[in-house]
Amino acid sequence: MSADGLESSSAPPSAPQKVGHPMWLLAELTYKCPLHCVFCYNPIDYTNTFNDELSTEEWICVLKEGREIGAVQLGLSGGEPLMRDDLETIIGEAHQMGYYTNLITSGVGLTEPRIKAMKAAGLDHIQLSFQDSTREMNDFLSSTRTFDLKNKVAQLIKQYDYPMVFNCVIHRLNIDHIDKILDMAENMEAEYVELANTQYYAWAHVNRDHLLPTHEQLIRAEKIADEYKARLGNKMRIFFVAPDFYENRPKACMNGWGSVFTVVTADGALLPCHEARMLPGINFPNVRERGLKWAWYESEAFNKYRGDDWMQEPCRSCPEKTKDFGGCRCQAFLLTGDATNADPVCDKSQHHEVVLAARDNAARKSNVIPSKPISFRNDKNSRQLSADGIV
Amino acid sequence: MAETVPLSLDQVPAIDRKYRIQWEEAQECYVLLFPEGLIKLNGSAGEIMKRVNGTSSIADITADCEKSFKQPDLEQDVIAFLEIAHERGWIGIK
Repeated sequence: MSADGLESSSAPPSAPQKVGHPMWLLAELTYKCPLHCVFCYNPIDYTNTFNDELSTEEWICVLKEGREIGAVQLGLSGGEPLMRDDLETIIGEAHQMGYYTNLITSGVGLTEPRIKAMKAAGLDHIQLSFQDSTREMNDFLSSTRTFDLKNKVAQLIKQYDYPMVFNCVIHRLNIDHIDKILDMAENMEAEYVELANTQYYAWAHVNRDHLLPTHEQLIRAEKIADEYKARLGNKMRIFFVAPDFYENRPKACMNGWGSVFTVVTADGALLPCHEARMLPGINFPNVRERGLKWAWYESEAFNKYRGDDWMQEPCRSCPEKTKDFGGCRCQAFLLTGDATNADPVCDKSQHHEVVLAARDNAARKSNVIPSKPISFRNDKNSRQLSADGIV
Repeated sequence: MAETVPLSLDQVPAIDRKYRIQWEEAQECYVLLFPEGLIKLNGSAGEIMKRVNGTSSIADITADCEKSFKQPDLEQDVIAFLEIAHERGWIGIK
């Protein structure tokens, strides 16, 4: 199957893979969002879904089917899921089915009546996103005035006795404030803090020159995060997700394609990850046509990158292929034009120089403003960039 | 990570409020659910954890396991597991 004609047997062939359960189901309920974050991972052409969103009944149906095939962790995300006025109904139904329900929100629209209704419906947890520790940077990065509102929402989350899960996407514009960001989380009595370095897909891919930190910035931030971890232990658990652009081996993306995770998009597409829809030539199933069970076990899309038959060299003969599965298919496509290539983060990849070039660029631009203006995630830019063929 | 604290039979463990335990039919095991994560528990871990209810003492839990599995002397196994669960923050001690 390898495109370059190389046949190698230095790595043992994998045993026929038993398809596991999709334990995680991410429901991207809507791509409508009051924020306009520059690092958003939603599809560039998200506006196409606005007139085609699943109904309440359609959501309940797909959740039911998910439970039947073993899904138990449910992420309610978007866009901003609070933009759906049936969110409380969906939560109530999901809770009845036995899901552990996670609301992933910017906090915009989270009023006291709504949090009260969601608590009554059985919502298990709320992850609240911040953009930075200062009002100015938070409001700039999201292109809104939401910092004070987020602080109020954080108080509501405590008041309703939820574990406080604080999320902040990290990049070169806020990474030097990591101590202030952690101080803010500690003051809010956060129980979990996710410092998620930007992954460079969709809007973050478009804005990468503005967002990729330098290696020095990253090392300093990680050191500070480690100091807070050592001091706070279980009281406030800190997860520092390093950006793969500074690794030499790729991430085991989604723990493998179609392994444990599935996304249902606002308009009903079933995907093995948040970004897969940008891959050309794959017909992703839609819940309006075939069920989730069929999609997970039978569809060509979910089976396409399972196992290792699809791999090219250097992955094919690589002893690490069972650990990282060749990295991320979407990143391979975005950076090399072919989703079956090794993720170029890997230094064995013949395309690794694109990652090195991005690092060099980040280092050179430490004092220079990139020539291309930053693109906020908004409807106008969505239509313009899609018309230009950007994915 | 917190340090391992030795536990004794008269103490009463409770599942930490950040966690929920439930039986998963598809996986045929107990899972521990928490914000954005889950841990599959093996057979004996699941049996011990499902008896943690905030009112039963470790002695009660041990006796119940011994009775259910018709196996004596499970005290050390139960305590050893609960100490790990405590260290990881899954349970608190009243």
